[in-house]
Amino acid sequence: MSISELPLQKDLLLGKTLSDLKLIAARLGLPAFVAGQIAYWLYKTNIQSYDEMTNVSKKARLLLTEHFDFGVQAPVKVEQSNDGTKKYLYPVSNHKFIETAFIPDERRNTLCVSSQVGCKMGCLFCATGRQGFQAQLSAGQILNQLRSLPERDLITNIVFMGMGEPFDNVEEVMKAQEILTSAYGFELSARKVTVSTIGIVPAMEVFLRESKCNLAVSMHSPFDDERRRLMPIQHVYPIKDVIETIVKSDLGKYRRVSVEYIVFGGLNDTSRHVKELARLLNKLRCRINLIRFHPVPNVPLPSTDEVRLLEFQKALNDKGIVTTIRASRGLDIDAACGLLSTKALVQSQNSEF
Amino acid sequence: MNSVESKPNVKFKSVTIISNPEISPNVFLLSFKRDFSFRAGQVLGLALLPTDDARLYSMANGENDENIDILYNIKPGGKLTPSLAALKPGDTLWITVPFGSYQGAAEPAYWIAAGTGIAPFTSMYRSGMGGNKILIHGGRKLDSFYFSKELIRDFGPRYVRCCSQQEGEGVFHGRVTQYLEETEDLPEDQKYYLCGSAEMVVECREILLTKGIPFNNIIAEIYF
Repeated sequence: MSISELPLQKDLLLGKTLSDLKLIAARLGLPAFVAGQIAYWLYKTNIQSYDEMTNVSKKARLLLTEHFDFGVQAPVKVEQSNDGTKKYLYPVSNHKFIETAFIPDERRNTLCVSSQVGCKMGCLFCATGRQGFQAQLSAGQILNQLRSLPERDLITNIVFMGMGEPFDNVEEVMKAQEILTSAYGFELSARKVTVSTIGIVPAMEVFLRESKCNLAVSMHSPFDDERRRLMPIQHVYPIKDVIETIVKSDLGKYRRVSVEYIVFGGLNDTSRHVKELARLLNKLRCRINLIRFHPVPNVPLPSTDEVRLLEFQKALNDKGIVTTIRASRGLDIDAACGLLSTKALVQSQNSEF
Repeated sequence: MNSVESKPNVKFKSVTIISNPEISPNVFLLSFKRDFSFRAGQVLGLALLPTDDARLYSMANGENDENIDILYNIKPGGKLTPSLAALKPGDTLWITVPFGSYQGAAEPAYWIAAGTGIAPFTSMYRSGMGGNKILIHGGRKLDSFYFSKELIRDFGPRYVRCCSQQEGEGVFHGRVTQYLEETEDLPEDQKYYLCGSAEMVVECREILLTKGIPFNNIIAEIYF
């Protein structure tokens, strides 16, 4: 962002990178070191207003108030599952809302964040996709899901697996992951942050080049025709191109790639699928994460049974692919994989048809 | 279909704009000479500079037509379309190779579009695949039915215009989703091609599924 590109209207301060903050300080005629002070208050404390930035001059605070909204917004609703999972509802803007899932377990506490209000990708099996697309989230709105979370200090892992396709909002997601993993920001290890995509290749290349965070790819079928029926994105970014792009990139020693695979009983869990998955993933250091399909009303896709799921897992492991089964968490509050949706809160859109 | 970022090593080539008229309020038809082959329904990446991010658009011309036609509307705050609309004949545009597997087929099918989502279907029709298709197009206003003269002439009653905000002769007054809901006996053994926004595609798909169309027969392209 250059100084001339700084927004004229009130923007959120939360979500600004340190580079952004330095530009903002320069534009406001403040000393450069103020940028670091602001970053500290934004990302390392729980303060709620400019007035609490006690080492920032009153003049600077007044200027910030004049030009930027602080950007911290508490959730307006929480639902708790029997298994301890919590689903938070955050207002975004203009009657738009997003959901965020807090998933505690014995070894880690994971926050599943949203990157868009709704989603444009239209995957057949996903509840979020069925509400259409309402808005992009800014980096601040993405980070606010952690910043304003009551359990903020407990979080060990962040996954971009909530509402939206992160790489359809790659600029803001890249800022958010920078702030999450930077020394000036939330200071999480990049190994604890995972961005999940259905495979928008050009944006994924940006991520692979410029981030060290983990990558998860939603595959759900290794077959071109079958995946097209499930995921329209396959028409323009086929899964084989997605995998080839990852194979060609420098993943380094520690970066983890996982392949997310929702199992539809009898549809995508046959021996043919095992064979093709093994062929497709042959050159990729990855693991497969099998996910139980959680039925969505009017979606004509079958769930799987546990016996069949375990057999599929074993068949993949026997092929040498490390394959795990993701625990379904928060099912009773619709917080599980593919179920996040604020469709009921979406106001009528001025659609093109 | 629009995308978000280009490949850093994406191969562009330059083309010269032949025409770029506004064919309806905020809707433009950009043309340049075709010197490559493609399959009807495919997309091209477009950029104003080779260093820019490519954004994807369906071609609206036929496979053997002399020119490539790109139908687009100006998106407020969009990264490309406001600048695209300012291009004049003689200006340079950068394009990628055509790609994508959303392609037409010879079998009977329903083509269902909203807004500029009509583009891949006009490409398929102009490539000779329209004879056994039913084309349903949704738009807000009567001027939203791009290429309608040609489509009325060649499709006759197989071309259905659904206008949500205005009434007109020979036009179904209501959204394309309403038309689908009110249409009985949609064949379950034919393919249904959808093209438009995510909202349009998911709503139409849900209606078709409710009417018993197998999901395997629903083929969607979403603008993003």
